[in-house]
Amino acid sequence: MSLNYLTPEFKVLRDYDKCINCKVCMRQCANEVHSYDEDLGKMVADDYKCVNCQRCVVMCPTHALTIVKHPQVFRENANWTYDAIRDIYRQAETGGVLLSAMGNDRPYPIYWDKMVINASQVTNPSIDPLREPMELKIFIGRKPDKIELDENLNVKTKMPPQLTLNYPIMFSAMSYGSISYNAHASLARAAKELGIYYNTGEGGLHKDFRKYGPNTIVQVASGRFGVDREYLKTAAAVEIKIGQGAKPGIGGHLPGEKVSEDISETRMIPVGSDAISPAPHHDIYSIEDLSQLIYSLKEATDYKKPVGVKIAAVNNVAAIASGIARAGADYIAIDGFRGGTGAAPKRIRDNVGIPIEFAIASVDSRLRSEGIRHTISLIAAGSIRSSADIVKAIALGADAVYIGSAALIALGCHMCQQCYTGKCNWGIATQDPNLVKRLNPEIGYKRLVNLITAWGHEIQEMLGGMGINDIESLKGNRLMLRGIGMTQKELDVLGILAAGE
Amino acid sequence: MLKEGNIRIPSGCAISGIIDRSGAVFSGQIIADSIATMHDRSNGLGGGFAAYGIYPEFKEHYAFHMFYDNTKSKQETEELLKANFVIAYEDKIPTRKTESIKNAPLIYRYFALPKLEVLNANEITDEDFVVKFIFNVNKNVNGAYIFSSGKNMGVFKAVGYPEDVAEFYKLETYNGYMWTAHGRFPTNTPGWWGGAHPFNLLNISVVHNGELSSYDTNRKYLEEFGYSCTLQTDTEVAAYIFDLLLRRHNLPVSLAAKVVASPLWNQVERMSLKEKELYHSLKMIYSKALLNGPFSLIVTYDNGFIAINDRIKLRPLTAASHGDVIYVASEESAIRQVCKNPDRVWIPKGGEPVIAEMDQQNVSEIFNKKEVTA
Amino acid sequence: MKKVYAKEEVCVGCKLCEVYCITSHSRYKDVLKAYKFDSNRPAPRIVVEENRPLSFSLQCRHCDDAPCVKACITGAMQKDPVTGVVTCDTDKCVGCWTCVLVCGFGAIVRDTNNKIASKCDLCAESGEPACVKNCPNEALVYEGGI
Ligand code: SF4
Ligand code: SF4
Ligand code: SF4
Ligand code: SF4
Repeated sequence: MSLNYLTPEFKVLRDYDKCINCKVCMRQCANEVHSYDEDLGKMVADDYKCVNCQRCVVMCPTHALTIVKHPQVFRENANWTYDAIRDIYRQAETGGVLLSAMGNDRPYPIYWDKMVINASQVTNPSIDPLREPMELKIFIGRKPDKIELDENLNVKTKMPPQLTLNYPIMFSAMSYGSISYNAHASLARAAKELGIYYNTGEGGLHKDFRKYGPNTIVQVASGRFGVDREYLKTAAAVEIKIGQGAKPGIGGHLPGEKVSEDISETRMIPVGSDAISPAPHHDIYSIEDLSQLIYSLKEATDYKKPVGVKIAAVNNVAAIASGIARAGADYIAIDGFRGGTGAAPKRIRDNVGIPIEFAIASVDSRLRSEGIRHTISLIAAGSIRSSADIVKAIALGADAVYIGSAALIALGCHMCQQCYTGKCNWGIATQDPNLVKRLNPEIGYKRLVNLITAWGHEIQEMLGGMGINDIESLKGNRLMLRGIGMTQKELDVLGILAAGE
Repeated sequence: MLKEGNIRIPSGCAISGIIDRSGAVFSGQIIADSIATMHDRSNGLGGGFAAYGIYPEFKEHYAFHMFYDNTKSKQETEELLKANFVIAYEDKIPTRKTESIKNAPLIYRYFALPKLEVLNANEITDEDFVVKFIFNVNKNVNGAYIFSSGKNMGVFKAVGYPEDVAEFYKLETYNGYMWTAHGRFPTNTPGWWGGAHPFNLLNISVVHNGELSSYDTNRKYLEEFGYSCTLQTDTEVAAYIFDLLLRRHNLPVSLAAKVVASPLWNQVERMSLKEKELYHSLKMIYSKALLNGPFSLIVTYDNGFIAINDRIKLRPLTAASHGDVIYVASEESAIRQVCKNPDRVWIPKGGEPVIAEMDQQNVSEIFNKKEVTA
Repeated sequence: MKKVYAKEEVCVGCKLCEVYCITSHSRYKDVLKAYKFDSNRPAPRIVVEENRPLSFSLQCRHCDDAPCVKACITGAMQKDPVTGVVTCDTDKCVGCWTCVLVCGFGAIVRDTNNKIASKCDLCAESGEPACVKNCPNEALVYEGGI
C-alpha cells in the first residue's frame, strides 16, 4: 500500500529568525524529524515523524522551536472522532493490535480532582510543620492484633517483617528492559538517599544494583525472569505481580531485539530471545495457589522479608484483596486503570479496569468490615500526580503510594506515549546506548530526591493544616475529604461526604 | 438540623478530676465547686460528672444509668434488660427541680448482673456481654440511651452548666473516692443529654477537652475490634481506645498513655535498646490508636485515673497534690478553689501522663522525664 | 590546575558546548546575536568527537609542558606561570599554524575568519567555562587543583 492515509499529528514550527542552524535538534531527535537542507541552506522538518516528545524544543539554544497539534482536522463529528478514524486507518494498514504506552489517556473523570481536603479553623489549631514535629514515617507489613508483654515489659509479640519508609511513597515496578539502565540507576540511588524503596519490576535485578538491595523490592512475575536465590536474598521485600493497571489480564512481551547482552544476563534468558510474561502465572489458577507461592517465597526468604502482591484494580477488587490478605500477603499493591506501562494494547489500556480512587476506598472498607484491615498494608498506584493525590489516597485508606509515571516525568519523560517504540528521546524507555546516555543518573537521582522531598513538605503542610502531626492519623480518615460534583453513589463508594455537608 | 450522633460536632471544654488515693470518700460538692470556677469554659450546653465508690451496697452489680425519651423506649429496654439480666434494684435517679435544667428525659438506674444461662449460651465473658448489650440498646432501641454502666460508680450528666447539673442530680448527697467533671462548649449543637461528658463504658469514663483530627482513623480502627461509635464524638472514641488497650489488650496504663500520645520517632531512636523495641512495636501496632489533634483528657478506671495531653500540648492541663489527694484540671484556679494550699502544683508536658492510683506512691509515669513546675 | 574534563558516558553529542563556546568568545554574549550578527564570528574552541554511541567534547588540556608554547614562532602562545592557563595573544599571532601542527590533541583551531590560532582559554573573561555551564547533561566538569 503506497498511500498512507494518516496525516501528521503534530507540526514543527521553526522560527527562522531565531534558528542558527546549529543542528542540535537534528542530533537530538531519534525520530529523524529535523535535517539540514544544503540547497535551501536551512533546517527543515518532517512533521510526519514527530511524536511531540519536546526533546528538540528543550534543547534548542535559541528557543526557535514549537511543536503544535497539527491544525489538520476532519469534518467535525462528535461520534467519529479524530482518534477513532485514525486508529482504523492504522489497523487497516497494518492488520495489527494497536499498541500504546503510559497510562490510560481517555477523558474519564479524575476523582482525585473531585475531592477536596479539610483544614482546621478555630476549634482545632492547625500545626506549623516548620516549628512542630510532623511525622511521615510508615511501615509496610503485617501488624499483629495486639502487643503481648511480659511482666518486665519485654515485648513477647514477634513483629512480622516490615519495610520502613521515610515518606509514604515508593517507586513503582518498572523493569530493566522496559526502562533503561540509567533510569534504574537513578531510581535505586534516589530510593536509598530518601529512605524509601524502588521496585525492580519483572525484569530481574542488574548485578550493578545489588548494592541497593536494602532499598529494593524485587518482583516475581509470571515470566519469573531473573529469579534466583541471590535475587531474593538481596531484596528488602518480594512482590508477586499478578497484574498491572494498564493491562489487567494481559501478559507482557519484550521483543527479542531489545534483549541485549546485559538484559539477557539480568533476565536470565538467551540474548535476542523474546521475553514473554504469560497473562496468568501458570502455577496460580486460584487463591490457594497464590497462598502457596506467598509461603514458598516466605520460606525461601526465611520469613524475614515482607511478601506482597500486586494486582490491577478490576471490578471485584475488594473481594480479591480480601482473599490476598487471607492468603498471607504482607501488603497488597493495587494499580488503578490509569497506571503506566512500557507497552500495552491500546484497547486494553483504555477500557479495562477501574479508577484507583474507587479501588482503594472499596478495598479499605471491605478489609475493615472483615476486621483485617489493620493486619495488612495497602499501597495505591495508578497515576498519583502530586502530593495532594497522595494525601487523598491515604485519607481514603491507603498506607502508601507507588509512583511510576510521576517519577519518570521527574527524570524527563514528556508523556509522548511512545515508550514501546524504544526510541525514547529522554533516555528512559529505551535500550539504545545513544539515547540511554541522555539520562545522566547523577542528575536523575537528584531530581527524584527533589521531587519526593518537595512532596514530603507539601504533605506535611496539608497534615498540619488538618491539625494532624502524624501521617498515621490520616489513614482512612475520610472525614478529611469532601466530594465535589459527584453522584451520591460515587460519594457512597468513596465513603465521603459532599462538600458543605 | 441533625441530632448529635448523626453529625460530628466539635467542642471546647473544661475538665477537672480529684482522687483520694487512701480510698477515703468525699462529697460531690467538692468537684462541683471546682468545675464551677471554670464557668466561662462551658456554654451551658453540657455538663457532667463521674463518681467512683458511690454504690458500695451494690458494688458487684453493673449500675446502668439510662436516659429514655419516652415510656415506650423504657418498656422496650426493660424487656431486653429483664431477658438478659437479673436486676437487684432499680429506681428513678433522684433529681431536684432546677431553674436552668430543662427538657429532662426519663432518668432511671438499674443494678444488674447478666444471667448465667445467657452468658453460657453466648460463650463470652460477662464484660463482653455487657458491652454488646450496651451497643445493642444504644444503637437499636430508639429513644433509649445507656450512659453509665460500671460497677460501684456512676455518671451524671445533662444539658446545662456543670454546677447546675450537680444541683439537679443532688450530687452533694453522694460520696466517692474519685470524681471527674466536665463543662462543655459545643459549637453548634441543640444539646443532647447523651452527648454531654463524661462518656462511659463499664468502669472506664472519659472527660475530654479537645478535638481529634484523627477521629475517623481512630473510629475505623475501633470498628475493626467490634466497637460501634454511635455518638460521633471524640470522647466516645477516646473511651473505647482506653477500653481496648486497658481491658482487652491488658496494657498497663502507663503504656496506654504512650499509645494515645506516642513519643516521636526521633525520641524513640534515642531510647535504650529495650525501650526502643517496646516503643517500636507499640507505635507500629497501635499507630491508628494515636489520638491526634489538641486534647487534654482524664480517663478514670477502677482504681485511679490518668490525665494526659496531646503530645504537643495544644490544650491546658494542670496537676496538684495535697497529701493523698491528687487534683487535675484545665486551670489551676479550679484546683485552688477546693485546695487552698497544695503541696505541689505542676504542669505536665505534652504526652506526659499524670497517673494517680489508689495506694500508689509515684504519681508520675514510669518513663517520665522532669515535669515543668508551675 | 582546574581543567575541563569530559564524561563521555553521559555526553549526548548535542554540540551545545560548541554553540556556547562560540557565543562566549563572540563580542555579543548572546547566542542569537553571535550567530546572526557577528561578522567575525569566532570558531568554536571545543570540538565534539564522535563515534556513536561514543561522543565527548575536547578542548585544550593546558599541558604542563606545552608543545604549542615551545613551537610558537612569535611568542604569541604563552603559559601563565601562575594559573597554568595556555593562551594565544591574538595581537602577536601571525597565523602560521605551527601550534596546530604540534598539538597532540588537535585542540587548536584555525580561525580563518581572523587568520589566527584559536584555542580554549577557559573563558578567562567570564571566569566560568561556557561549555561546562551550558552542557545539558553535566557531561563536562571543571575541576582539579588551583
Ligand atoms: S536547535 Fe534550534 S537553532 Fe539549532 S538548528 Fe535546531 S532549531 Fe535551529
Ligand atoms: S520527535 Fe521529539 S525531538 Fe523529534 S522533532 Fe518531535 S519533538 Fe522534536
Ligand atoms: S554540550 Fe555536553 S553533552 Fe553536548 S556535546 Fe558538549 S559535552 Fe557533550
Ligand atoms: S594546545 Fe595542545 S599542546 Fe598546546 S597546550 Fe593545549 S593541549 Fe597542550
